[in-house]
Amino acid sequence: MRITQGTFSYLPDFTDEEISAQIQYAMDNGWPLSVEYTDDPHPRNIYWEMWGLPMFDTVDPAAVLYEINACRKAFPHHYVKINAYDARLGWQTTRLSFIVQRPPDEPGFRLDRQEGPDRQIRYTTHPYATERPVGHRYEANGS
Amino acid sequence: MAGRWSAGVIPYAEMGYWEPNYEPKPTDVLAAFRITPQEGVPPEEAGAAVAGESSTATWTVVWTDRLTAYEHYQAKCYKVDPVPGTPGQYIAYIAYDMDLFEEGSIANLTSSIIGNVFGFKALKALRLEDMRIPTHYVKTFQGPAHGIVMEREYLNKYGRPLLGATTKPKLGLSARNYGRVVYEALRGGLDFTKDDENINSQPFMRWRDRYLHAMEAVQRAQAETGEIKGHYLNVTAATMEDMYERAEFAKEVGSVIIMIDLTIGYTAIQSMAKWARRNGLILHLHRAGHGTYTRQKNHGVSFRVISKWMRLAGVDHIHAGTVVGKLEGDPHMVSGFYDTLRDAKTEVDLTRGLYFEQEWASMPGVMPVASGGIHAGQMHQLLHYLGEDVVLQFGGGTIGHPMGISAGATANRVALEAMIKARNEGRDYMAEGEDILRAAAKRSRELDVALATWGDITFNYASTDTPDVVPTPTTVG
Repeated sequence: MRITQGTFSYLPDFTDEEISAQIQYAMDNGWPLSVEYTDDPHPRNIYWEMWGLPMFDTVDPAAVLYEINACRKAFPHHYVKINAYDARLGWQTTRLSFIVQRPPDEPGFRLDRQEGPDRQIRYTTHPYATERPVGHRYEANGS
Repeated sequence: MAGRWSAGVIPYAEMGYWEPNYEPKPTDVLAAFRITPQEGVPPEEAGAAVAGESSTATWTVVWTDRLTAYEHYQAKCYKVDPVPGTPGQYIAYIAYDMDLFEEGSIANLTSSIIGNVFGFKALKALRLEDMRIPTHYVKTFQGPAHGIVMEREYLNKYGRPLLGATTKPKLGLSARNYGRVVYEALRGGLDFTKDDENINSQPFMRWRDRYLHAMEAVQRAQAETGEIKGHYLNVTAATMEDMYERAEFAKEVGSVIIMIDLTIGYTAIQSMAKWARRNGLILHLHRAGHGTYTRQKNHGVSFRVISKWMRLAGVDHIHAGTVVGKLEGDPHMVSGFYDTLRDAKTEVDLTRGLYFEQEWASMPGVMPVASGGIHAGQMHQLLHYLGEDVVLQFGGGTIGHPMGISAGATANRVALEAMIKARNEGRDYMAEGEDILRAAAKRSRELDVALATWGDITFNYASTDTPDVVPTPTTVG
């Protein structure tokens, strides 16, 4: 499966050039960028690991792309995303966020159902990947 | 002033309700009414009559006024302007002291402002065009249960409009078949599906069965995509007790959102807004019934006023027009509604029907919802007119897709993401919109088929509710 979180999951994965154009758009809006990665793509996992601090003072898209590539190199089997943040009054939140690297194989999620009384069901979304320890979830043969 | 207090009837203008030299205080509630006086009634007297009847006055002099600081409580009509190009109509500006209104009560505010006065015989017609709510009074309202920013953080969705669809047919599906539509639409790429306004608890589908099947569909689609999904469970019912029961059950089964209809009334809306904040569910409002009083230009209440009241009342979503869809909506007017719902502050702009400056004092914005006759082929226009913080709802434009509901949802999502990408890359997406969609359709059969099915469908009719200062009707291009 292909998880569809982020602004652009229904388009083919972006090239570095396409990623740079989006970074430029964020910079033109005054939104600093940050890189995050995870191997737990549960839809409620909002705290992905931070690849350094948000790049508040960076004005060159190439510098952001450099950090994306460094993160990709360090975590070749993780999800990596780029976020653009708007600190202005009334927003103070993310304004753009999309995945720039996916593991080669995305096993997806199992839906667990706990049957209760009155026909009610308690649901749990279970990422298959988290059956392995952190850091080893998307590697071949669990190595 | 002896004549002022003689028993009998004297003109409202002479009773203190016409004060052309009055300077509105920053704490006053202001209203702009479009008045159409009867023959022979001077506009100032008509404006004064509206001020009088919507505040302290009755038809005759009463001595008991003299037991009060009546000048403080009398609303004051301070300006009357003729409407350009429409003889016989005037805009009357009226100021109300804040003391006339109970804190945090839309019901009380509206019982004055649109109470008796709309049936007043001295006027042929009356329309409330806009209001300025002073921040002092804004601060007495809860406001949106969560607002746009919190909703996005809760759903973990940024940088694009949200996508939805109303389950069709609106009436008649069994709970099991209903859940199928929900599942297919969410799995295909929509963020939300929705009960229609008149889906409550009918013989063909009772509410509890619908909630259970809809949540099975939501949870399945969430696991299928790894993305948060929601279905607006309509809790509209005959009594507050029924609505609370349904809302509690929606919470219990794990829904992120519930919905209500405008028909439940202002007080019920405020109650549900408090419930929604207390319980962490997003509150969607369907504006069922509004067209009976918002559409005609000479009589009723403008939708921008309803937008203001609903932001104060505390809903998170409200249907506010599509510009290009099947329902009424002049582009300038709709833009005024959207800004009223979303912005931190709006300036006076008569071309968009905004008669007053409005400062919201950090009250969160309401997410407008565009629904009714829109399809993927209009994505560039929708983004241009409605912006990014909006829910685009394609009901027929999802469910009517020849390849199935899921394909319809995918077509909409691909079209949306392609348009956002192009906009962010700096392309002139309004001019190149069709090319952008065609290019995206080369890599998406779902979108290709959607464009072939609906690409040339438009609803180009002249709007009824238009701004006065734009001389010609605006066509959508």
